[in-house]
Amino acid sequence: MRFLLVEDSDELAAAVASRLGLDGHGVDRAATLSEASGYLDAAPYDLILLDISLPDGDGRDFLAKERQARRDTPVIMMTASASLSDRISTLDQGADDYITKPFDFAELQARCRAVLRRHAGAADSRQRFAGFTFDGLAATVTVGDEIRELRARELRLLEIFLSRPGQTYSKSHLIDRLFSFDEEVSDNAIEVYVGRLRRKLEGSGAKLETLRGVGYRLIPE
Amino acid sequence: MRDLLLAIGLILSTGLSAPAFEVEQERIFGDPDGRELTILSTTDVPAIAPVLEAFASANPDIRIRYMQASSIEVYRAIHDEQAEIDLVMSSAMDLQMKLANDGYAASISPDPGGLPDWARWRDQLFGIGLEPVLTLASRRGLGDLPPPRTRRDLIAMLRENPALFDGRIATYDPQRSGVGYFLISQDSGQSEGFWRLAEVMGRLNGQLYCCSGEMIDDLRAGRITIAYNVVASYAARYAPDDPDLIRLVLEDYTFAILRSALVPVNAPDPKLATDMISFMLTPEAQRIIAASAGVAMIPGTGPRPSVYMRPIRLDAGLLVYSDQLRRDGLLAEWNAAMVQP
Amino acid sequence: MRRPITARPAGFSLRRRLVWQFATLSVLLVVVLFFAVRLAAERASRASQDAVLGAAVIAIGDGIRPVEEGLSVDLPYAAFSMLGAMGSERIFYSLAIGPRLVSGYENLPQPPVAPGDLSPVFYDAPYHDSQLRLAAVTRRVLLDDSLQEVTVVLGQTRNGQAAIARETARSAAWVGIGFLLLAVPMALWAARAVIGPVDLLAGAVTRRGPRDLRPVRHPAPRELVPLVAALNGFISRLHSTLQLTETFIFEAAHRIRTPLSLVRVEAEIALSETDEEETRARLRRMLRAINESSRSASQILDHATVLYRSEQFEPASLDLGQLTACVLRAVDPIAEMREIEIVSSGLDLPCPIQGDERMLEVAIRNILDNALKYSHDEGRITVTLRQSDGRAALLVEDEGRGLAPGDDRLSGRFRRGSNVGDVVGSGLGLTIVEEAATAHGGSFILQSRAEKGACAIFYLPLA
Repeated sequence: MRFLLVEDSDELAAAVASRLGLDGHGVDRAATLSEASGYLDAAPYDLILLDISLPDGDGRDFLAKERQARRDTPVIMMTASASLSDRISTLDQGADDYITKPFDFAELQARCRAVLRRHAGAADSRQRFAGFTFDGLAATVTVGDEIRELRARELRLLEIFLSRPGQTYSKSHLIDRLFSFDEEVSDNAIEVYVGRLRRKLEGSGAKLETLRGVGYRLIPE
Repeated sequence: MRDLLLAIGLILSTGLSAPAFEVEQERIFGDPDGRELTILSTTDVPAIAPVLEAFASANPDIRIRYMQASSIEVYRAIHDEQAEIDLVMSSAMDLQMKLANDGYAASISPDPGGLPDWARWRDQLFGIGLEPVLTLASRRGLGDLPPPRTRRDLIAMLRENPALFDGRIATYDPQRSGVGYFLISQDSGQSEGFWRLAEVMGRLNGQLYCCSGEMIDDLRAGRITIAYNVVASYAARYAPDDPDLIRLVLEDYTFAILRSALVPVNAPDPKLATDMISFMLTPEAQRIIAASAGVAMIPGTGPRPSVYMRPIRLDAGLLVYSDQLRRDGLLAEWNAAMVQP
Repeated sequence: MRRPITARPAGFSLRRRLVWQFATLSVLLVVVLFFAVRLAAERASRASQDAVLGAAVIAIGDGIRPVEEGLSVDLPYAAFSMLGAMGSERIFYSLAIGPRLVSGYENLPQPPVAPGDLSPVFYDAPYHDSQLRLAAVTRRVLLDDSLQEVTVVLGQTRNGQAAIARETARSAAWVGIGFLLLAVPMALWAARAVIGPVDLLAGAVTRRGPRDLRPVRHPAPRELVPLVAALNGFISRLHSTLQLTETFIFEAAHRIRTPLSLVRVEAEIALSETDEEETRARLRRMLRAINESSRSASQILDHATVLYRSEQFEPASLDLGQLTACVLRAVDPIAEMREIEIVSSGLDLPCPIQGDERMLEVAIRNILDNALKYSHDEGRITVTLRQSDGRAALLVEDEGRGLAPGDDRLSGRFRRGSNVGDVVGSGLGLTIVEEAATAHGGSFILQSRAEKGACAIFYLPLA
């Protein structure tokens, strides 16, 4: 997926970009609205993450102009304001969703996925590995003719493994990615989801291998 | 002059140390053991008796002690001796006025009935009855002469018939009678012609009397022919139906003096005295009084005053007549007129 | 809704004070009037009576003539009559040559200075038991070949004069008392006239909408202009303070949240890049602390927003179902992350209310946050909107751990349930909800469910 991140705080933009990179997304960064216009003219994007207050204007006005120009790239507004009127007005002006800073990355991911899912068809989100096809937006794996639905945590777990196939992830690493930091989760909790994912991948020619004491990795059978 | 002034001073000083007042007549009305009402009056008993009897019968527990005295004595009793009297009645208007002015009369509030304003002085002097001052003549004494209608007629008649009237004309002695003095002071103030009358009377050896009663007695006895200035109540009383007596209401003027009552400030029973005055002002009492005087003070209680009649009002001006100097001057003039050289 | 705080009365009423002052002044006026009139009446009647007395004494003097026998006096009847007619006074007179009394009353007080023969001398003196006003003149007459001086003294009591003065003054006092009786209603009327504009002004200010912070332009009497100016000064200060507050809330949110976002993202990246277990644990603690502070900041700002909005309460017509649906949409992805199912019912029925959209959104989101926070993964939250008895009830039921006994009043500020364990939360959330409900004339109840979990009920009056 190709994202455009419009955010004037350089550090935050860099951090968000690298975090999204971890999930396998390609991210371009724009610090101003004019820069963002340049990127949008040059290439198509799957999603725009747009801050509201930017040095050369209001993100909402920019959005309004984009929509008038009939460009319907999905947009998620990022706002530091708790004010509902801000949020309502963003939605009125054609934003697909908004997220309030500071955001949980998992929440951002979830919102991005939800928005992209609503725009399904606009982008091809399918990915092939071994003997199955994974559709992140539809939350399905297709093994042969069988379409298997994934639940939220199974989907995210598979996304993590598919972002770097063959890479070994420790249990704690996976817990950090899967659960909120507010929850105290035991290492065993991950085994439940790994077990579920294994069942969804049965007969797909891929397997989740347990490396005792180290973690898990996704490899072709 | 110095002697005169000395004499005046003597009179005033002896006045202060004068003996007890002289009472001519005294009578008791009503219950002898009742509450006593003392009346000192110039009116003689027969004239007032019906009124007093009426009051006594209306108030059975009352005893009225009625004392009659001359007007000068009445004045002296109150002014000089502060005698303990409940009610004072007098026809000497100037003296009554002086008593009131000098503070001897108490302020009272009787029921005034129809008493006219001119017949009362504030709340101290109350008129009781009018007393016309008439001239009486004997029909027999006059002979063929027509009765005079005015003083001018009288003077002319006297002048033209000196023989007929010599020694047979009478009037009050102003030196002895308070009323007499008051009447000549009124006469002298009213008309200049009075002094001519006085001269004529002096020339005809006019007789001077102390009291009306004696004058009327002598008139009826034929000793005098004309009595000038007689208080009418006497005339009415003494000779109600004497065909010989002619009452002359002189047409130039005829005075009516006001008999007035006051309650002395030191009266023992001012309440009873006030009730007495109220009673005397009731129509019944007024009818009795008017019948005796021949004229009503309160309209509707008797004969109306004749058109020639001039009632004398109670007025502070009356004070001038009791002035010593004025009195001396007037009497001197009177003597000069009456006592022919 | 907050009731405006009324000023404590300062122990007196302006109206009563005005009336008292008016009445006191009137009483004073009556007293002054009484004495002034009495004095004036005394002076006037004394002057007129002196004139008569003087004329009378001159008339007596004019009547003195030397005659052969000595002295003759023609006392003027008219003068005495006139003196007597003037009230109930007693009259005294004397004629004397030197110390010798010629006529009249003995021992009548003689004038303090020798009078002339043209104008009388007036004086007051006691005689027997009376106080007399006297006038005296002298006349020179030739007696016994020598010129003698006759002093004429005429006096009268002045009881009537004093009585007239008293009577006049009493009439004046009655007039004054009448005025006094008029003064009280007049004072009331005046007080109303004075206070009326203040009431009108107060009415004009009270009738204003909560957001109406324009200066007061209501016509005010000159005397109230300083008050109106002060009020306008105060309004403009309030206006700028409110603007500042709004700006501050926004600014604070922005300034705190942006760096927090950065720290959080950086920490998450660091966590994903390191395998060293000790560092990871440290980063986790850090992330948890960031979560807590971000949540606190968020709730403090929400709370400030609710307080600000309820001060400035300006309700609009809303549909509670649509609003709730909108909030649910925003919360949905978060629920999905934890595989929590949110089931709603009754949201598609029209549910008209009068309210502040932003406050209600904050409140509903806080209720849902709370429900999410205490739900187990893969749990279920039921949202139901009901209408009955003229009010709308929004029920949010979860299957979490519920409330410990005695936790029924959880909305106290910064209080948290005793069994929250490790769940991050500032405890302000339910305070926010309750205040939003109160501002709308509604109420909020949080109770344990019979089987498990808690039920939050948010009541609002229907429009």
